[in-house]
Amino acid sequence: MSPDKLAYMANQIATFFRHAPREEAVSSIAEHISNFWEPRMRSQFFDLLAREKERFDPLVQDAGQQVRPIAEA
Amino acid sequence: MSLIKETDYGTPASRSQETVTLTVDGFDVTVPAGTSVMRASMEAGIQIPKLCATDMVDAFGSCRLCLVEIEGRRGTPASCTTPVEEGMVVRTQTGRLKDLRRGVMELYISDHPLDCLTCAANGDCELQDMAGAVGLRDVRYGYEGAGHVTARQNGEDNPRYMPKDETNPYFTYDPSKCIVCSRCVRACEEVQGTFALTIEGRGFDSRVSPGMSETFLASECVSCGACVQACPTATLQEKSVIEIGQPEHSVVTTCAYCGVGCSFKAEMRGDELVRMVPYKDGKANAGHSCVKGRFAYGYANHRDRILNPMIRETIDQPWREVSWDEALGFAASRLRGIQEAHGKEAIGVITSSRCTNEETYLVQKLTRAVFGNNNTDTCARVCHSPTGYGLGQTFGTSAGTQDFESVEQADVVVVIGANPTDGHPVFGSRLKKRLRQGARLIVIDPRRIDLVKSPHIAAAHHLALRPGTNVAVVTALAHVIVTEGLHDETFIRERCDWEEFQDYAEFVADPAHSPEAVEALTGVPAAEMRAAARLYAQGGNGAIYYGLGVTEHSQGSTTVIGIANLAMMTGNIGRPGVGVNPLRGQNNVQGSCDMGSFPHELPGYRHVKNADVRAIYEAAWGVDISPEPGLRIPNMLDAAVDGSFRGLYVQGEDILQSDPDTKHVSAGLAAMDCVIVHDLFLNETANYAHVFLPGSTFLEKDGTFTNAERRINRVRKVMAPRNGYADWEVTQLLANAMGANWNYTHPREIMAEIAATTPSFANVTYKLLEEMGSVQWPCNDASPEGAPVMHVDRFVRGRGRFIRTDYVATDERAGPRFPLLLTTGRILSQYNVGAQTRRTDNVVWHSEDVLEINAHDAELRGVKEGDWVKLASRSGETSLRAQITDRVSPGVVYTTFHHPGTQANVITTDYSDWATNCPEYKVTAVQVSRSNGPTDWQEEYERLSARSRRIEAAE
Repeated sequence: MSPDKLAYMANQIATFFRHAPREEAVSSIAEHISNFWEPRMRSQFFDLLAREKERFDPLVQDAGQQVRPIAEA
Repeated sequence: MSLIKETDYGTPASRSQETVTLTVDGFDVTVPAGTSVMRASMEAGIQIPKLCATDMVDAFGSCRLCLVEIEGRRGTPASCTTPVEEGMVVRTQTGRLKDLRRGVMELYISDHPLDCLTCAANGDCELQDMAGAVGLRDVRYGYEGAGHVTARQNGEDNPRYMPKDETNPYFTYDPSKCIVCSRCVRACEEVQGTFALTIEGRGFDSRVSPGMSETFLASECVSCGACVQACPTATLQEKSVIEIGQPEHSVVTTCAYCGVGCSFKAEMRGDELVRMVPYKDGKANAGHSCVKGRFAYGYANHRDRILNPMIRETIDQPWREVSWDEALGFAASRLRGIQEAHGKEAIGVITSSRCTNEETYLVQKLTRAVFGNNNTDTCARVCHSPTGYGLGQTFGTSAGTQDFESVEQADVVVVIGANPTDGHPVFGSRLKKRLRQGARLIVIDPRRIDLVKSPHIAAAHHLALRPGTNVAVVTALAHVIVTEGLHDETFIRERCDWEEFQDYAEFVADPAHSPEAVEALTGVPAAEMRAAARLYAQGGNGAIYYGLGVTEHSQGSTTVIGIANLAMMTGNIGRPGVGVNPLRGQNNVQGSCDMGSFPHELPGYRHVKNADVRAIYEAAWGVDISPEPGLRIPNMLDAAVDGSFRGLYVQGEDILQSDPDTKHVSAGLAAMDCVIVHDLFLNETANYAHVFLPGSTFLEKDGTFTNAERRINRVRKVMAPRNGYADWEVTQLLANAMGANWNYTHPREIMAEIAATTPSFANVTYKLLEEMGSVQWPCNDASPEGAPVMHVDRFVRGRGRFIRTDYVATDERAGPRFPLLLTTGRILSQYNVGAQTRRTDNVVWHSEDVLEINAHDAELRGVKEGDWVKLASRSGETSLRAQITDRVSPGVVYTTFHHPGTQANVITTDYSDWATNCPEYKVTAVQVSRSNGPTDWQEEYERLSARSRRIEAAE
């Protein structure tokens, strides 16, 4: 998936949860990504977050650490 | 097997709780108050002769055949129009009655052809039956007098004679056989609600007339078949019966078109299907049908249908017909080869929302148990996945809350982003019936759908919002309800989380969410929004029905949440007449979701991350199940372009035509090493396939479909699969070719496995379905006979949850290059990608997709009715003909996606719902300009299709 699209999708999720208190918003975003993003997408997400975190909404940047890591195969 | 004949009680059932006892010919009979003498008599087992009465329509009292004598009353009242009374003494057979009836029949027959032996209704004619019932032996009047029967009479042209109207592709109207009982006219009015038929003229000149003396095809007739079913003679007759003859046995099954899930009798002669007749005891349709289910089944025998497996090394080669063994071996070794080279996650499946629950279950089992991953998705991704998320979050489960019958108790109906009279026509008729009884209607839709104004129906409010502003409108409605104190505090306190409600109330009460504040954005007058909100909150039972106009947006899930919030704050949940009802598109899209088609959920909507749920299936299947969510359809295509996803088994789904951004879909498919299409036809996706496995139709297999009201209906095999195998067998063969050892011998065994592993299906068995006809899940020890209404005493998740619904404008905006907004939808006569309906005579109603454009926008561009226009977006361009209309407002254009020649999805973009990746089909910024024919892309695509469909001659 293109980095643009991936970042766009993550930021879309952040927009929905923005209204909640910051801590709740961050954990909700992380939970959403953990629940619905396949490992390949999460792995790309982690890479992009490490490399170009400015592409992401600050809420997503914070959520990154709480997103479920990719299990070792 | 025999021909199922439902009892015709003559007049509709009374719903009264009070009972009345009377005697009919000396027998006591007790019936609900308000029942007709005719029906009471039939209940007692005595059939009074009748012609104009049938229990699908109200009594009319015109044929004068059903006369009876009632003690203490003068004369001989018509039993159909006379209600029962306590202690009434009725006689149905006396000398006087016999003489009267014979006299009436004699008059009827004196103006009716005597060609019974060669008549198509021979054996199924109520006129013939009644002549026999009353003992008619002679017609004393002769045939020389004025009549309607022959073209020439007494050596002269007969001005009263009207020739047969054969314009409708499925039935004929032969006025010479008409007895003017008005059953067809009343069926069209009362059952279908179209009002296409009338009786013109008076007395002896009375004739049934479609529209203003038009042909059936030229009239407003929607070809639902209700009139044909109501006709007691051969006047309105299915062409298939004329061609084949009367059926000799019938089997009750379920329609394979939309999510209404109508029950039909497949009436057969041998293994030839004579006709499909809606089944009166079908709970979803109660004896009604639409043009698709009733008539459009001819695709099963269409010459395009592929009956042999085919393979090819690469997609530029022609197809090669091979044995099942070779095709399955080829597919299995390619899939395993991909997994060895690129990992276990490099392949996946797409389950079909047109196939049965049992088949869908096996396809997701294939990926989870045999492929070893969770890469399964289904067409619900592109339609109702936001419903799954939104209702799941608020109520605890994604399913519609009501049965269809519930609409009969609704007082205010809100239809949002749905077009029931086209998309869900049989439910649409039921809804219109309720509206004619006085229920109020609010339509929220950019387009003026038929419900907004049609004969005897008018919406109280039509909020013609700008595409993409659903959340703003729904939130504004909530604003009005909260700020005007119209919410149901008792319900909210008892059933929902009060704190969360207060948070939501605070959010919506912000003046920024008021109708006045969002008027400029949504294009809906604030006063209309306020009036609509007040009506919904205060008008009695409020029921919301919604469709893809809600879900297929960047904020689809948010709108669904907003809708759930509205229902909860007004207490419109948990009883008949209210609720939140997603109208599901395909026949089994509810079922395919229930069966674990989504990549993050095992059957019964249980997340794969939950070890306890995985343990159930690990034990049942003897494998380890991945705890990681799999790829969704758009993610699969992205991964394919990236090279990490290379093999796909697609059952009964045409993603190339139905999914957005066609160029992206084709790039994804073209990048794969093994695409297996399992379908009836070489569909558009098959252009990119390496293996084609022929599919079976719903007539050729056993199974179950689950409709939009969670109703599990049986699908029954009426003929052997022409391709050799039912679809569940094909999936099993593929699984076994890959080393699984599946041994299902009948779909009932698959259902047993589903019931054993899925709590909401725990008590579902084929035996129960046989006994009850159908059940609505949940069907388990808590509700052994299923559940017509959900969330009755508590929400599935416990307390209902309010969630804030911030409006965020989509990034797909109209601008200087693309100044118009395109929204898409469908039409009555065609179904989804049209693979089935385009291969039937339904094309007479809709042979191509057209672009609806407002006169204002058309004039600016110099576009006239019927002109070719080019429709362009940032994704692509196509061309089609323009239709100038005021159904759409200036700034909005509309088209359907039924025809591959148009490929409306070349235009749609890759924007999608934030929560579920459901594509934003409903908003695309476009430009429209004049054009002189198909675009280069369309011509190139047509060449590609022709090339891709070549089949090498067998050696």
